[in-house]
Amino acid sequence: MSVTAVHSLWTTTAAPGSPGVPAIDRIPAPTIEYAQLAPVLIVVGAAVLGILVEAFVPRKGRYHAQLFLSVVALAAAFAAVVALAAGGYGTTKKHIAAMGAIAMDGPTLFLQGTILLASIVAVFTFAERRLDPEAHGNRVDSFVAQAAAVPGGEGEKAAVKAGLTTTEVFPLALFAVAGMLVFPAANDLLTLFIALEVLSLPLYLLCALARRKRLMSQEAAVKYFLLGAFSSAFLLFGIALLYGYAGSVSYARIAEVIGGSVQSVDPALADTMGNDALLLIGAALILMGLLFKVGAVPFHMWTPDVYQGAPTPVTGFMAAATKVAAFGALLRLLYVVLPGLRWDWRPVMWAVVIVTMLGGAIVAITQTDIKRLLAYSSIAHAGFILAGVIAATPDGVSSVLFYLAAYSFVTIGAFAVVTLVRDAGGEATHLSKWAGLGRRSPLVAAVFAVFLLAFAGIPLTSGFSGKFAVFKAAADGGAGVLVVVGVIASAIAAFFYIRVIVLMFFSEPKPEGPTVAVPSALTTAAIGVGVVVTLVLGVAPQYFLELAGQAGGFVR
Amino acid sequence: MSFPLLTATAALPALGAIATAAVPAARRTAAKWLALLFSLGTLALAVVALVRFEPGGARYQLTESHAWIAEFGVRYELGVDGIGVSLLALTALLVPFVILAGWHDADPLEDARPNRRWRPTQGFFALILAVEAMVILSFEATDVFLFYILFEAMLIPMYFLIGGFGDRAAPAQFAAKAAGAGDEAAATQRSYAAVKFLLYNLAGGLIMLAAVIGLYVVAGTFSLTEIAEARANGSLSMATNTERLLFLGFFFAFAVKAPLWPLHTWLPNAMGEATAPVAVLITAVVDKVGTFAMLRFCLQLFPEASKWATPAILVLALISIVYGALLAVGQRDMKRLIAYASISHFGFIIMGIFAMTSQGQSGATLYMINHGISTAALMLVAGFLISRRGSRLIADYGGVQKVAPVLAGTFLIGGLATLSLPGLSPFVSEFLVLVGTFSRYPVIGVIATLGIVLAALYVLVLYQRTMTGPVKAEIRTMPDLRVRELVVVAPLIALLLFLGVYPKPLTQIVDPAVEHTLSDVQKTDPKPEVEAAR
Repeated sequence: MSVTAVHSLWTTTAAPGSPGVPAIDRIPAPTIEYAQLAPVLIVVGAAVLGILVEAFVPRKGRYHAQLFLSVVALAAAFAAVVALAAGGYGTTKKHIAAMGAIAMDGPTLFLQGTILLASIVAVFTFAERRLDPEAHGNRVDSFVAQAAAVPGGEGEKAAVKAGLTTTEVFPLALFAVAGMLVFPAANDLLTLFIALEVLSLPLYLLCALARRKRLMSQEAAVKYFLLGAFSSAFLLFGIALLYGYAGSVSYARIAEVIGGSVQSVDPALADTMGNDALLLIGAALILMGLLFKVGAVPFHMWTPDVYQGAPTPVTGFMAAATKVAAFGALLRLLYVVLPGLRWDWRPVMWAVVIVTMLGGAIVAITQTDIKRLLAYSSIAHAGFILAGVIAATPDGVSSVLFYLAAYSFVTIGAFAVVTLVRDAGGEATHLSKWAGLGRRSPLVAAVFAVFLLAFAGIPLTSGFSGKFAVFKAAADGGAGVLVVVGVIASAIAAFFYIRVIVLMFFSEPKPEGPTVAVPSALTTAAIGVGVVVTLVLGVAPQYFLELAGQAGGFVR
Repeated sequence: MSFPLLTATAALPALGAIATAAVPAARRTAAKWLALLFSLGTLALAVVALVRFEPGGARYQLTESHAWIAEFGVRYELGVDGIGVSLLALTALLVPFVILAGWHDADPLEDARPNRRWRPTQGFFALILAVEAMVILSFEATDVFLFYILFEAMLIPMYFLIGGFGDRAAPAQFAAKAAGAGDEAAATQRSYAAVKFLLYNLAGGLIMLAAVIGLYVVAGTFSLTEIAEARANGSLSMATNTERLLFLGFFFAFAVKAPLWPLHTWLPNAMGEATAPVAVLITAVVDKVGTFAMLRFCLQLFPEASKWATPAILVLALISIVYGALLAVGQRDMKRLIAYASISHFGFIIMGIFAMTSQGQSGATLYMINHGISTAALMLVAGFLISRRGSRLIADYGGVQKVAPVLAGTFLIGGLATLSLPGLSPFVSEFLVLVGTFSRYPVIGVIATLGIVLAALYVLVLYQRTMTGPVKAEIRTMPDLRVRELVVVAPLIALLLFLGVYPKPLTQIVDPAVEHTLSDVQKTDPKPEVEAAR
């Protein structure tokens, strides 16, 4: 078959209704609003460029080239988000772009902005090269010398000796960011799935790249990958069932079918369309896939192991940006696709919220490793955020947006502090080693205390503003019981945050205790941004609350 | 726009806290003087506020109102009534004495390794000023949200004050216990006390948070004046159960803070382990926020529920009075004794508030102030005593009045004030509270007098065991009060005497505010104010 024949076969099949007319005219060219997709495109483009840098730039120059490229790309993407918001896409000009695949509205822009800012800060911590002692005269970051080398083997030693560093982390992070940008914007289920995979696969890899404790890091990556694959499978299965139910993967279309305003039955799906069993099972499976990503109980099992094993900068990045993206997708799903199903998903989500808040807080009490502790704390916080999610009011959306923005900077800052406390074996994450840190380095301990107080939701920190916003939204939405459970969980959670503060300030330093490394300007900037955002959002959250309030409406 | 006086009274100590914290490590003395200056400046502003406050004028005076967080319906609203302004003055008055009394409490130990960045002294005084700023602002806040934020946030500096600074080991000549193991045990106890303090109060505060949110859902605003007005003219009605639940949420937090039996157990630990000035800060300043808030928020926002809960609260207050006094009698540790005595006194205050009579509430307000002054006097002298001997145990003392007569004398006056001897100011308030309670609840009033009898017992036994009798060998060379210590104690004693003989200036300010509060409560349910016929 000649090329022309294939072409005409292809085009005539695409337009079967009108044989005889030159079909080439009949293909509707997809309209892609490049300007509105600019944030995503910039990041993806930079990621591709980053791969080329890996291929062609000499080893010595790669670190600086990658760092420069990543920061510039993320900043440019953020500028694009701001320009779009200034152009009214968040408020007046809500739009569904790229043939129905991407929704450009307030939540999308707000979340994309948050993800990009958090990613810039996270990339700073990725690029930190002052903390680890120099290996054979080469400055190294927290990532493995050569990912493919067997841990502890000859290959690894050679790679360390040669001064190799894994600069691939930067393009990997950029790919993950690109996925995260699309995830909350996805307006059909297939885009949602693709975005999920684009954001997850690089994260699986990043988790495996710790320079110290490599086996633990690889174990974390495998666990994350296996469980992530499970959850992706659930999600995909749910998508298939929902397609069977609605005959479409588009959010708006599914919502219409659920709402009963669409009667026309696709002949190919006559057996399944409108079958409520498919709808309920499909929606439940999709929710499970998303709840896995946000780390809600009972889909949280991966969180502590992965948070502990992954390189700490990656942990911070995941805990902040991934969570923002996943909650964004969850919000859109519940508010745009499934509002008609509210009476079905609300009771289930109530249960999930309660066990997530209480489970995270209670299990965290018994933790002895600071990274695991923060992991369980992130589970408890997922519960608090979910309480706002299920309020099912515009207030609920904006409170969740605000909470996510507040929480992500505290998280990155806290994990950045964790990278500073070190002993001979790398980061000293066991809590007993933090004893007396307040004596040794009052500043670092005080900064960490600020983050812990923000996690605990003490007034005058961003944690309180966020918690107040979601609880208020939940109470307004008629979920007073959740608020009461939420404050009880907060009281339990306060206990373990305070335990760490006690340890740092009121315990005598151990003679063989860890040292606090003096970071470069990069980590200092990350921590500084965290502290400033924490305090500003705590004392004067007005502007940001307004921003989140304006961004509260979804386009359908 | 006029000068924001109320903001200034809180901003000055806040600035002082920042300035003090920023003093370099080597300039410890400068930090102390700076903190003292800022606290004195705050006192001056508080006096100005007191003078500019017109007792017969509007209910809330010196008001300020600015937009703050519109999304939450929160405004930055300040205003004081007679109760608020007098407690503001009390706070501003006590803090300079607290700072002076704690002058050497946070000096670094001599054997401490030099560390350029570890600045405990600066931290100590900065934290005291931070607490002062938040307490003062909480007395001024007329926005429920603003009050809540301060109510919670003040726990953090307080927590570091309790956990970070303990009694100093004795000077060399009195060294009773070996350093090392003993110190570590003390540190463990102290951090236990600090955590207990924080968790109790945080739990109370979080329950209140749920109620604060609930209040907003019901009322749609956080402004105390707006809600009270809407309640008064009937435009805002609450379902009975809603009001009761919200009341309980608020009251729980205040009862933890006050503290009321059975939520009191954190206080003896905290006061026992903290240094004497910090203990004064806890009981005389911070805890007053709890009782003050009952008057201002519980009664105004939830009058019906307050009346509903009155019998139960009176019984709890009665238990506090008797139980606190009984446990005080049994204490072997001076500071814990004073702590239990305070629990007994807080019982009187709460009883006075919920007796819902004008004498009772005036008495309760005066009680807050007098208890602040008298406890400060007693506790600070006890602190001076403890710093000389290095022990809090009563049994370690004896015959002090022969060695240090001035110390013993001031201790006695502080003690007599605590047991409400006529002629000293606490007598006036205790009498008013009892009269106010008796006129409505005679049985409870009668049982409450037990508290006075027991107070005489624990104070006099304490004095007898420590100050009289044969002089113990370890204290033979104990020095008497120093000039700095006299400067702390003398004005407090003078105030106790003055207000005991002539309480009018205070009652003049407090009474109109009490009338307002009572009318809030009674408005919907007119009851004879005093059943005079009885």
